[in-house]
Amino acid sequence: MKTFEGKVLFLDRNDINTDEIIPAKYLTESTKIALKPYTLEDLNIDGFNPKKDIEGKSVIITRENFGCGSSREHAPWALEVNGINAVLAVNYARIFRQNMFNCGMVAIELSKETIEKLFNDYKGKDTFVSIDINSQKITVEANGKKETISFNVDGFDKALVLAGGWVDFADKKY
Amino acid sequence: MGKTIAEKIFDAHRVDTPFEDTQVLKLDAVFCHEITTPIAITDLMARGKDRVFDPTKIKAVIDHVTPAKDSKTAEQGKILRDWAKRHNIKDFFDIGRNGVCHAIFPEKGFVRPGYTIIMGDSHTCTHGAFGAFAAGVGTTDLEVGILKGVCAFKYPKTIKFVLNGKLKDGVYAKDVILHIISQIGVNGATNMVMEFVGPIVDEMTMESRMTLCNMAIEAGGTSGVCYPDMKTVDYLWDFIKDEFKTKENALKEYSKWISDKDAKYTKVLEYDLSNLEPVVTYDYKPDCVKTVREMEGTKLDQIYIGSCTNGRLEDLRIAAEILKGKTISPNVRGILSPATPYIYQKAMDEGILKIFADAGFCVTNPTCGACLGMSNGVLAEGESCAATTNRNFYGRMGKGGVVHLMSPATAAASAITGVITNSPFYKK
Repeated sequence: MKTFEGKVLFLDRNDINTDEIIPAKYLTESTKIALKPYTLEDLNIDGFNPKKDIEGKSVIITRENFGCGSSREHAPWALEVNGINAVLAVNYARIFRQNMFNCGMVAIELSKETIEKLFNDYKGKDTFVSIDINSQKITVEANGKKETISFNVDGFDKALVLAGGWVDFADKKY
Repeated sequence: MGKTIAEKIFDAHRVDTPFEDTQVLKLDAVFCHEITTPIAITDLMARGKDRVFDPTKIKAVIDHVTPAKDSKTAEQGKILRDWAKRHNIKDFFDIGRNGVCHAIFPEKGFVRPGYTIIMGDSHTCTHGAFGAFAAGVGTTDLEVGILKGVCAFKYPKTIKFVLNGKLKDGVYAKDVILHIISQIGVNGATNMVMEFVGPIVDEMTMESRMTLCNMAIEAGGTSGVCYPDMKTVDYLWDFIKDEFKTKENALKEYSKWISDKDAKYTKVLEYDLSNLEPVVTYDYKPDCVKTVREMEGTKLDQIYIGSCTNGRLEDLRIAAEILKGKTISPNVRGILSPATPYIYQKAMDEGILKIFADAGFCVTNPTCGACLGMSNGVLAEGESCAATTNRNFYGRMGKGGVVHLMSPATAAASAITGVITNSPFYKK
């Protein structure tokens, strides 16, 4: 099982699409690691610099409809090879969300109010997040402040994370 | 209680419910292309599971970059080609016989009402035009589909779109779907099936229904879907005539999938589209939509007619009618990419390709190409393209380029003037 903790990258926008996470021209790469330098290359958010802001981050906190557009699993892979295994958002595009769990990564949904509060309280600060899939709790820490947030994850998604992915699960069962 | 078409298809294909609300469905077809499938193939090989569940139910095509543009795309094609050969996948379409997946697979008769279909491509929702449940998936779901012929989904919730009225001349399925997306937003149908019904859908050709369902994903929809009717049967007849004595028998059989009158919907949205005008997108999301009138005069650098959304014969015929005897503006580059070899051939026979060429268009082979900025018409920084494609995301057709989505009629009219222009078929 992967681990889901580390420093946070805040992406303050709705509807970040998979072309922005990894542009189509890099889909000709045949290894996941080759995607690393191009991750979030086309994401236009004021003050965001992919060349330096991704480094050392392990969790993304963003807003609504993250991962919309193309079905490319290269989007979660591009995050994964940069050490990002977890995203917290209000909601996700269906295919992106499924791809995350199919890869044993987590795409956690929190209420709009909770996400808003996380942006208000932590954006711009050196924030550390730790996610425990078993207890379904997230710990958020910055500047000596610490809080715990509960989340829901359905049985199937949890099983995929614990099993390390869908291929082995399905091959045994069907 | 009645069921929707998607619920009926789920109930007929369910093989397991491993968790509450998670349903594993048996697949009738798994479609593959050279961008998302090779990594699934190499992963299966690495796991020692280089098998396919049923070679007759797997259909594969090289379409995104074809002919290969460099060593990397050549290698992707080779992996798919070798795999198809190794597993005796007969329906594999390579150079000379290949076309855009969501145009060529229906054309070959691979989609039927009531089918479950997945593909590692988000525009797989196109095939719902035939009354199928067809969904785009990632490489891991595709890999399991190839290996076991199953895929897991949540039990489907449906939004019903009732499209009333009669479209004005010069207003097409592309305008309808862009209008709907502008009304509900790019997140408006996430995790939902978008069921399209009503007199406007009844009137639409199968090609127009494919355009409509193709863009369901741009509102977040899992699948678009239309009810099978006599137009569906007519389209499929060459492929199904041995199964049914008459077209009426086929229609009767397929009609069992149509949603029950008392089916439950998450939402029912009614639109009267009698006054809908031709529309185009602005900015970088498909829900940013204005009328052509409002955008008229916007400067363009390139016109692109093609793709799984609007690269079919009907689209080419409409554009050709506008371009006939005309020359495109010296300020724009025109690119036509017929979506399949059949469309290309028919367009040649009907003189359509000559009309495009005489007007100053470059005609490319069938490929996804420029739609996603892979090849054959990538934009330079700051350039604008009038495109009959499906996504106007930032950088989609080339870094720093702007894409205005529109119908083939609007694209053709805009090619002549070099700026966004209403087609002569639309009378205010």
